Amino acid sequence: MSLDISHLSKIHEGDAEQSDIRIFSDITCRVETGRFLSIVGPSGCGKTTLLRIIAGLEPASGGQVLLDGEVVRGRDQRVGLVFQEYALFPWRTAIRNIEMGPEIAGVPPDERRAAAMQYIRAFDLNGFEHAYPKALSGGMKQRVAIARTLIMNPRVVLMDEPFGSLDSQTRNDLQNFLMTLWTRRKDTVLFVTHNVDEAVYLSDQIMVLSKKPTHILKIFDVSAPRPRDRTSRESNRVRKAILDLLAGPS
Amino acid sequence: MRPPLKASNIIPVITLLAVWQGLCSVGLIPSYKLPSPIQVARGFWDLLTLGMPPGHSLIYHILYSLWRVFVGYAAAMATAIPLGIAMGWSARLRNLVGPILEILRPIPPLAWIPIAILWFGIGIQSAAFIIFLGVFFPILLNTIDGVRSIDPVLIEAARTLNATDRDVFQKVLIPGAVPAIFTGMRIGVGIGWMTLVAAEFTGVRQGYGLGYMIMTARDIQRADEIVAGMLVIGLIGLSIDGALRFLERRLIRWR
Ligand SMILES: Nc1ncnc2c1ncn2[C@@H]1O[C@H](COP(=O)(O)OP(=O)(O)OP(=O)(O)O)[C@@H](O)[C@H]1O
Ligand SMILES: [Mg+2]
Repeated sequence: MSLDISHLSKIHEGDAEQSDIRIFSDITCRVETGRFLSIVGPSGCGKTTLLRIIAGLEPASGGQVLLDGEVVRGRDQRVGLVFQEYALFPWRTAIRNIEMGPEIAGVPPDERRAAAMQYIRAFDLNGFEHAYPKALSGGMKQRVAIARTLIMNPRVVLMDEPFGSLDSQTRNDLQNFLMTLWTRRKDTVLFVTHNVDEAVYLSDQIMVLSKKPTHILKIFDVSAPRPRDRTSRESNRVRKAILDLLAGPS
Repeated sequence: MRPPLKASNIIPVITLLAVWQGLCSVGLIPSYKLPSPIQVARGFWDLLTLGMPPGHSLIYHILYSLWRVFVGYAAAMATAIPLGIAMGWSARLRNLVGPILEILRPIPPLAWIPIAILWFGIGIQSAAFIIFLGVFFPILLNTIDGVRSIDPVLIEAARTLNATDRDVFQKVLIPGAVPAIFTGMRIGVGIGWMTLVAAEFTGVRQGYGLGYMIMTARDIQRADEIVAGMLVIGLIGLSIDGALRFLERRLIRWR
């Protein structure tokens, strides 16, 4: 399923003391079916806000979100979101976190347990299915969070800096894990990150945003075949171009 | 949390009892003011076997008191928890109901006794109502806090899993507020139990209840039975709190 963002803008309405704050305006881009697009941009430029709008958690001030060319209003079941800081339910064990969506959808207990168990196995969480989030490592929590989103079989997956708070080794492992998973599933993915290396390693396309007032600086295509070499000429070329763009006057 | 019963915990208690017994035995404390531990033990036995007033055994006093607390407590839980969750959730409801509750809350539950008797007469309803008032506010306030302290991102996470308002209530707000609700329930039990005894001082129609029992013992100057009754009240309070702690540990392993 393709995702279109068309002339999206977001303004936080001011009040008596504060004038309106324009977060971003005129963001337009298209993620083709089964493609992986990353968004990089400075902190506070509105990346989370953009994902929240697409996920239907908050309204846009202007513009539209389209799935397969059809306008989406509010929350759409076909869109899944992985949050910036895991957002696991602390009172639910790993497996019951993963089961939350099916449970809400009314899937019978045996069936949803079996489905969640498949994710536990595929996500290398064996032995931790009955652990509470407080007992899980950051990497495990993130895998639970991803499983909880993917078990709903969203057609479009939004990920907000999912690996942002992990150490670099865990981060590399999870990037590889995500790539293996995605190569098999071919979901349409919109992936937000601070980390240019990560974007270059994972994405088909990279959208670079400016500082506020935010607009699109450029959209890069990364055509290197997967699995990628993190230090190949192509990777280095794209990385340098993006870093120059982010550093330059804007 | 609470240290288990060990020798080092029992020694101070035994010492206290010994000193107390000693002071009474040498006549430093007159027994009509404070009877000795042995006299209290006998008083306890009399309460159990003969009853106070005679024929009204301690067991029945305990059961009546527990029943009154249970009724008031259950009513408070049934109202304070849903209202607390709704108020924690909706700022509008908080603004609407909050000021009314703020006026009622500082009134001590015991100050309601006269009007309660006017409304319900002397009997279980009055006592239960007083307990209800004592328990209601701690549970309500803690529940509100509990809901408000839930990270809003968890509610949004549920939304992205297509939760309806009802799902959010059942699967996020209630479980998220359970620890705070328990805190409120434990504070409430203490207050409820204290309030009960005082409410029973003012008279109960059935002629049963620990507070009623103690007041009857006072009427005929049985200090031993008064103290025995006080200790029973304390021990029951302790047991209820212990039971709630146990339940709390079992239920909230995730923290
Ligand atoms: N309610 C609000 N009123 C005014 N401004 C807000 C409000 N909520 C968010 N903002 C502003 O919107 C901007 C974008 O926030 P957002 O969280 O989307 O940025 P981000 O790109 O995800 O940042 P980061 O990389 O640090 O996660 C921020 O500058 C923030 O200050
Ligand atoms: Mg963000």
